[in-house]
Amino acid sequence: MTELVDVRTPNPKNFFPGEDHDWELVIGLEVHAQVTSNAKLFSGASTAFGSEQNSNVSLVDAAMPGMLPVINEECVRQAVKTGLGMSAVINKRSVFDRKNYFYPDLPQGYQISQLYHPIVGEGTITVQVGPDKAGKFETVEIGVERLHLEQDAGKSMHDQHPTMSFVDLNRSGVALMEIVSKPDIRSIDEAKAYVTKLRSILRYLGTCDGNMDQGSMRADVNVSVRKPGGDFGTRCEIKNVNSIRFMGQAIEYEAKRQIDILEEGGSIDQETRLFDPVKVETRSMRSKEEAHDYRYFPDPDLLPLEFDDAYIEEIRASLPELPDQKRARFMEEGLSEYDASILVSDKSYADYFEKVAEGRDSKTTANWVINDLLGALNKAGKDLDNSPISPHQLGGIIDLIKADTISGKIAKDLFEIVWNEGGDPAKIVEDRGMAQVTDTGAIEAAIDEIIAANPDKVAEVREKPKMIGWFVGQVMAATGGKANPKAVNELLQKKING
Amino acid sequence: MTDLTALTISQARKKLRAKEITSTELTSAYLEAANAANGSLNAYVAMTDDLALEQAKTSDAKLAQGEGGDLEGIPLGIKDLFATKGVHTQACSHILDGFEPRYESTVTRNLFDDGAVMIGKLNMDEFAMGSSNETSYYGAVTNPWRGGDGTKLVPGGSSGGSASAVAAHICAGATATDTGGSIRQPAAFTGTVGIKPTYGRCSRWGTVAFASSLDQAGPITRDVRDAAIMLKSMAAPDAKDTTCADLPVPDYEASIGKSVKGMKIGIPKEYRLEGMPEEIEQLWQKGIAMLKDAGAEIVDISLPHTKYALPAYYIVAPAEASSNLARYDGVKYGLRVDGNSIDEMYENTRAAGFGEEVKRRIMIGTYVLSAGFYDAYYIRAQKVRTLIKQDFETAFAQGVDTILTPATPSAAFAIGDKEMASDPVKMYLNDVFTVTVNMAGLPGISVPAGLSDAGLPLGLQLIGRPFEEGTLFQAASVIEKAAGTFTPEKWW
Repeated sequence: MTELVDVRTPNPKNFFPGEDHDWELVIGLEVHAQVTSNAKLFSGASTAFGSEQNSNVSLVDAAMPGMLPVINEECVRQAVKTGLGMSAVINKRSVFDRKNYFYPDLPQGYQISQLYHPIVGEGTITVQVGPDKAGKFETVEIGVERLHLEQDAGKSMHDQHPTMSFVDLNRSGVALMEIVSKPDIRSIDEAKAYVTKLRSILRYLGTCDGNMDQGSMRADVNVSVRKPGGDFGTRCEIKNVNSIRFMGQAIEYEAKRQIDILEEGGSIDQETRLFDPVKVETRSMRSKEEAHDYRYFPDPDLLPLEFDDAYIEEIRASLPELPDQKRARFMEEGLSEYDASILVSDKSYADYFEKVAEGRDSKTTANWVINDLLGALNKAGKDLDNSPISPHQLGGIIDLIKADTISGKIAKDLFEIVWNEGGDPAKIVEDRGMAQVTDTGAIEAAIDEIIAANPDKVAEVREKPKMIGWFVGQVMAATGGKANPKAVNELLQKKING
Repeated sequence: MTDLTALTISQARKKLRAKEITSTELTSAYLEAANAANGSLNAYVAMTDDLALEQAKTSDAKLAQGEGGDLEGIPLGIKDLFATKGVHTQACSHILDGFEPRYESTVTRNLFDDGAVMIGKLNMDEFAMGSSNETSYYGAVTNPWRGGDGTKLVPGGSSGGSASAVAAHICAGATATDTGGSIRQPAAFTGTVGIKPTYGRCSRWGTVAFASSLDQAGPITRDVRDAAIMLKSMAAPDAKDTTCADLPVPDYEASIGKSVKGMKIGIPKEYRLEGMPEEIEQLWQKGIAMLKDAGAEIVDISLPHTKYALPAYYIVAPAEASSNLARYDGVKYGLRVDGNSIDEMYENTRAAGFGEEVKRRIMIGTYVLSAGFYDAYYIRAQKVRTLIKQDFETAFAQGVDTILTPATPSAAFAIGDKEMASDPVKMYLNDVFTVTVNMAGLPGISVPAGLSDAGLPLGLQLIGRPFEEGTLFQAASVIEKAAGTFTPEKWW
């Protein structure tokens, strides 16, 4: 429909090696994101996930004779909000079209969608690809072609009966936003970063929960290959990829498949393919010739959607801080690009971080959240929502370090205790005598004893100042690790070097 | 007892309120007459005797208290296109075999809320596609008016059952629907009054869809006053239909008998067709004279795009129908004819479930929406539609209050008419004067104005401004007063 324009400069870093020359991938994504709303796009039925089969089905969803769709204004609002979150053009007039095809889980015999006049036009998503080995990110702008509202279909189940298929209409009529990117993506990393960023924007906005494992978000992936910077190749569309990891695998398989064909002198057939996550391959679903003629036409049951600037501005005013803005603010507040990027990449990270950082040092908090907490969660295979350590508890640990009550090293132990057993960090430190010794008298006594016992070492340190570390270790051991390392260092310097 | 069925709605209402008769008596009389007549006329596809008597009893209790709605205790026939809870609702198609909805259409809900009694579901062309009521899965309906030699005639379509039942006095009034003339043409063929209100006046919720942008419900009644009473009850804003107007419904009855002095009546020259029978032209002139005599001002107008209306209609309506009827696939309700695959099941079900005319229109609609043809057919037809609408807007902007035309190009024809049966386009020409009104979304009323040389009723059509149905009742009642009403001689 729209002229394809190449806005990217080929970057060798993205190239796929070939027999005679390198290849460049061209990727475009159509992401289907389920709109967060209590009711479906054109009926009052619930959208709750995991309900009993066919329990969230209205007369409209089941396409009973004479039933008519009525637009759910909340879904319209969510679509506009999403458009604004992608800095996109909001079309003040949009029209619903019928996409006609027969399928048992499509009760109306058509899907209500928006082909000719979508609710949202062109926008941009800024993606940080990386970090590379140096911890640096590459900023890439991916164009958004459009966003339109459409109904989801029901679900066919072919494994419930020896000769029959069953249909569950709970999803029938649920509102989806189809967000179509321009063919601006050039690598698997960029594709992953794009979907991750888009999901993050949707979650920040609260317009889609982004739960790919529940089918709230899935992508159709268009892949083609070409000589770097050459004309666009023939694309294949991989349908319904439902995880970011699978998307990466699907693109990789598809790119290699296409390159193999082209290098053997063949040509690519434009077709729709399916990704098999078990065999990690894509398979032909239907060719261009077998493609449906959807016979789109404006749905005569629905009036065009029309709204004014005031409506858009009211929604704009309600937008929360989005990932890019948050990232910039975090960097202004002293975080590195790396830390800021990690923290904003998932709304739950940023929310957690901001709770802990309230009244505390940003940099220290970021280190604890990213290195310790996220590291531990990752190792344990948990996500932040199920973190055994609350922001309040982590804040408590950081406060104890700040107050010199515990050393950084003890803090790591404390973190483990809280992780495993829970409880108030300050109380744990007190109950278990973990507080560091700041009583210089006690430390001095320990130092004096060690110096007295090791005169040869004292001489060595005077020769080679670095050797003082040996004494530090001895003092820490003697005090059960609880001596304040700063105090130990100072006293040792004074006593040994005068 | 039989003379109870001779009462119009307004007459019966008066007697019910005066407690001269009861709804149970009235309903019983209609049930008896309807059951007796149906063998000859085939106007009903399902009788609802028990429900009717129950409703009548409820109405009688209210009437006894001096309470009740506008149609309290009035027995109506309901076109099979309207969903009626727990009752046969099959759009007279095989494909909806056994379908009884768990919901009530807004129009019938409104009527019942006003106290109406339903005595049965009325025959119609399958999915309202037809102009003779011969495409019904339940067989043709017979017009109570007969040819001079006793030839059985069609009542018109698609609301043939409604028109036949009203003319034969086997219901006091009937619901009907009109997509291209399906109220006005059968009304004209049976000597009854039929109004297709402005698009959006009546809710479409719960009415089986044919062509969504054109379908409108309306009444068929014995006289203009009854049509006004029924429309007032059927029409109401409805949040369940986005295309239903959120406008108050005026008291249409108040328009009846009001003078048309000074009213500007437009006479469109494009409705004078080549080959049109002389008696139609004479009827039109008679109507002009009636209105002129009553003080109206007659002006010649031009609606230049009229001739494109019928071809454009036969693109838009089938296009929408092809999509609207996709839901009848054997999966969820109605007929299922098994097959070895899902596609085969679809094919078997739809091949067996739809009649020839419905299939023809689904094919046309599928074709005109297909890739490569969409712009040439559908988009162009929509442009024509805009031009037709502008024609009317121009006429109304010049001060015309209502437009007078013939309702049909002929009187009722014989059941099984060879010419009509052999050439679907000939059949489609029945709608030539009425489709323009649907394409423009305007209100149109058909009112009997005289008899043909063969003694068959002929109707005139009045077209009005959007949501000004009152003007139509006003002008139609003048024609009715001058022309009288027409009742067939009972032979059935």
